[in-house]
Amino acid sequence: MKLIMRKLFTLIVTLFIVSILAFLAFQVIPGDAAVAQLGVDATPESLAALRAEMGLDRPLPVRYADWLGQFLFGDMGKSHVHDRSVTELLGDRLIITGSLMGLSFLFTVGIALPVGLFTANRQRGSIHWAVTAASQVIMAVPPLFLGLVLTFLFAVVFRLFAPGVFVSHHDNLLGYLGYMLFPALAIALPKSAMTVRLIRSSVGSELGKDYVQTAVSRGRGSSAILRRHILPNIAVPVITFLTLTLIMTITDAIVVEQVFSIPGLGRLLISAIENRDYPVVQAIVVIIAAFVMVLHFLSDILCRAIDRRIVL
Amino acid sequence: MKRGFKGFALLVLALFALTVALGGCAGDRGVAPEDNNGPSETGNMPPVGAPIQGGEIIVGIAQDLGSSLDPHQMVAAGTAGIREVLFNVFEGLVKPTPDGELVPAVAEEFTVDGTLYTFTLRDGVTFHNGDLVTVDDIVYSIKRSADATSATTFVSALSVVTRVEAVDNRTVEIEIAEPDNEFLALLTVAIIPSGHGDHARNPVGTGPFRFVAHTLEESLVIERFDDYWGTPAYLDRVTFRIFAGGEAVVMALAAGSIDLASHLTADMVRQLPPDYYYLVGAMNLVQALYLNHAVEPLDNLLVRQALNYAADIQQIMDILSDGMGHPVGSSMYPAFARYFHEGLVDFYPHDPERARTLLAQAGFPDGFDLTITVPSVYTPHVITAEVLVQQFRAVGIDAVIELVEWTWWLSEVRGNRNFQSTVIGLDARSMTARAMLERFETGAGGNFINFSSEQFDETFALARAATDSDEQVRLYRELQEILVEEAANVYLQDLVNLVAINGRLTGFQFYPLYVMDMSTVHFVE
Repeated sequence: MKLIMRKLFTLIVTLFIVSILAFLAFQVIPGDAAVAQLGVDATPESLAALRAEMGLDRPLPVRYADWLGQFLFGDMGKSHVHDRSVTELLGDRLIITGSLMGLSFLFTVGIALPVGLFTANRQRGSIHWAVTAASQVIMAVPPLFLGLVLTFLFAVVFRLFAPGVFVSHHDNLLGYLGYMLFPALAIALPKSAMTVRLIRSSVGSELGKDYVQTAVSRGRGSSAILRRHILPNIAVPVITFLTLTLIMTITDAIVVEQVFSIPGLGRLLISAIENRDYPVVQAIVVIIAAFVMVLHFLSDILCRAIDRRIVL
Repeated sequence: MKRGFKGFALLVLALFALTVALGGCAGDRGVAPEDNNGPSETGNMPPVGAPIQGGEIIVGIAQDLGSSLDPHQMVAAGTAGIREVLFNVFEGLVKPTPDGELVPAVAEEFTVDGTLYTFTLRDGVTFHNGDLVTVDDIVYSIKRSADATSATTFVSALSVVTRVEAVDNRTVEIEIAEPDNEFLALLTVAIIPSGHGDHARNPVGTGPFRFVAHTLEESLVIERFDDYWGTPAYLDRVTFRIFAGGEAVVMALAAGSIDLASHLTADMVRQLPPDYYYLVGAMNLVQALYLNHAVEPLDNLLVRQALNYAADIQQIMDILSDGMGHPVGSSMYPAFARYFHEGLVDFYPHDPERARTLLAQAGFPDGFDLTITVPSVYTPHVITAEVLVQQFRAVGIDAVIELVEWTWWLSEVRGNRNFQSTVIGLDARSMTARAMLERFETGAGGNFINFSSEQFDETFALARAATDSDEQVRLYRELQEILVEEAANVYLQDLVNLVAINGRLTGFQFYPLYVMDMSTVHFVE
């Protein structure tokens, strides 16, 4: 309980600092929402009028305090660009980006764990070289490029899906999942390759250790050794690594959403930054920061449950 | 137009990856881009046949359409993407034709008497919500967009309106401050119903298509309006699909998931599958290396002339668009046919020797350092700047490119005039030739290059006051001459606009404006 309170306190303080930094970042870069909206033919008068309408003419601390006050009561404010509340803008996008991340994480784990564990015992020979080479190549391809290759292969050549013709989950859940399949793969493949390497090298370094030798000398089969002795020992680094992977999925999702024209959080974030739409950016930054911290917390708890020696 | 790397190189790479993936297995590999020097001409023809009534198409749009669908707000904000699409939904008292003429739309006819414009409402024009258009709606619409107290819907060019009044239930009088040959063009401003509440989200107009739905960053759907007063549209339904960038549009074209996309580059068109053709139009803008006259050494006429002689426009067009595009010479693009001064195109021929001599005369025998600020989202401008850097280097000018974000550009270059030179395309938002020239008047708000010429100001005042149309044309041409003689900017070209179209569709028409008219597009038998 004490632990949770402590973590919660850290979370709130960190989010507070993150929100201030995000806010200040908008003061450093030139241009504001009024400039972005009115474009090339803006006049000083129209800019001043729009700034007043958006409340941008007020001093910085006042604007921040105003935003924070609203945010604490669950009101994320209104977008400067879109004629909608931030809550309304985020709703569907959280689901879309969330499911994209979830799906790609499933693929990452679903590919990496079986491949990693089944080939872990083979630290030399043809399978070893095949897996090493394949993971090396796939790891080196950034999701952006992989996304384009996948689109070209499965949309242009095999015509399995129509690129850019995003199917909303409101209209057709199956079609939606079908559309998200390839973006999720584009994110998951390099990550699963990395995870396979981690699993294989962790198992490899454990294999040489004394406790494994002892188990071998006691006549245990290799799969039993892997399951009973090695797995618990490599679980902690693998879980920590997967947590980081899941966190990195956010940035990959932002990139891949551009390639596949998915109306998710990433596209909104990028357009909001371009348009200096700070209520939207603030909300997304705080949500991502909170997500990262909660994930770390959960991963810590999980690792502690596996290995009692870990002090939180 | 969004940021991006070269789509062509990309597809070659993708093809390479594909070759690796398929490991040499034989079979149909889909569409292989051909390494030729330009979009191939074979099979590049619109289909011929009897038009089919009905059908649905998907149009790819490579930029976010923004937020508000309020037509007055769109004009005020200059958000080109959404204006281009909703051209199909809204009409003004008059509307433009593909030839750039203005024809009566919501108004049946009009008379002009000096400063007084009298419009007669066309009988039986209905809004998409079923209501008949009344003179009150017209008065409301004009007043709304001429209202300077509203920051977002105010169309500043309409501030010359002094009186809008319904004389009877079919006649509206509009009076302006001084006679103005180009005022009529402003009355393309949309007529919207006065009683309607939500123009931003649920727009209602009188055009050949009615608005159906808009999902942010996803799509915008319009359907044919069956009670349209004029020639009805062919298509039942048009869905504008919003893509995150040009490359995504190219992929969608290659996969056949969209029927039409405009603002493509020559590179993109080269990758078109065989069942598409493309049309060549113009972007209707003046692309130039705009020079800040308030900073050294660009305040020196000889230096500006040297830059003009150093630039090789043909080479830029060759590299950028396989030679397509139209050199402009001055601040007017060819679609303004009456005003465009073709004779100025070759005013500064490519002459590096002359450029070096001028630089020496100006006191820069060893050249100087030049910064070219370019918004990174506009790939054609970035490529142009890269070519210019090479061309300037040849005469000893050491130019560097500073890539900035678009809002950054708006704020620092356009707003604070804190730059040396910049490559950008400027268009005429108010659809008048004057809009191309008025920004160079001394002290004008839009004069971000700090141009100042007494001769220009005097001539511009005469042109503004001219009531005789031929006289005005002559003065506008004179203004263009002054800009060129002063080497105000390094004028380059009106960029090419390539439109890819499904081989079963035809009827697409270019306008001298940034619009996409869907009413004439149709399938053929």
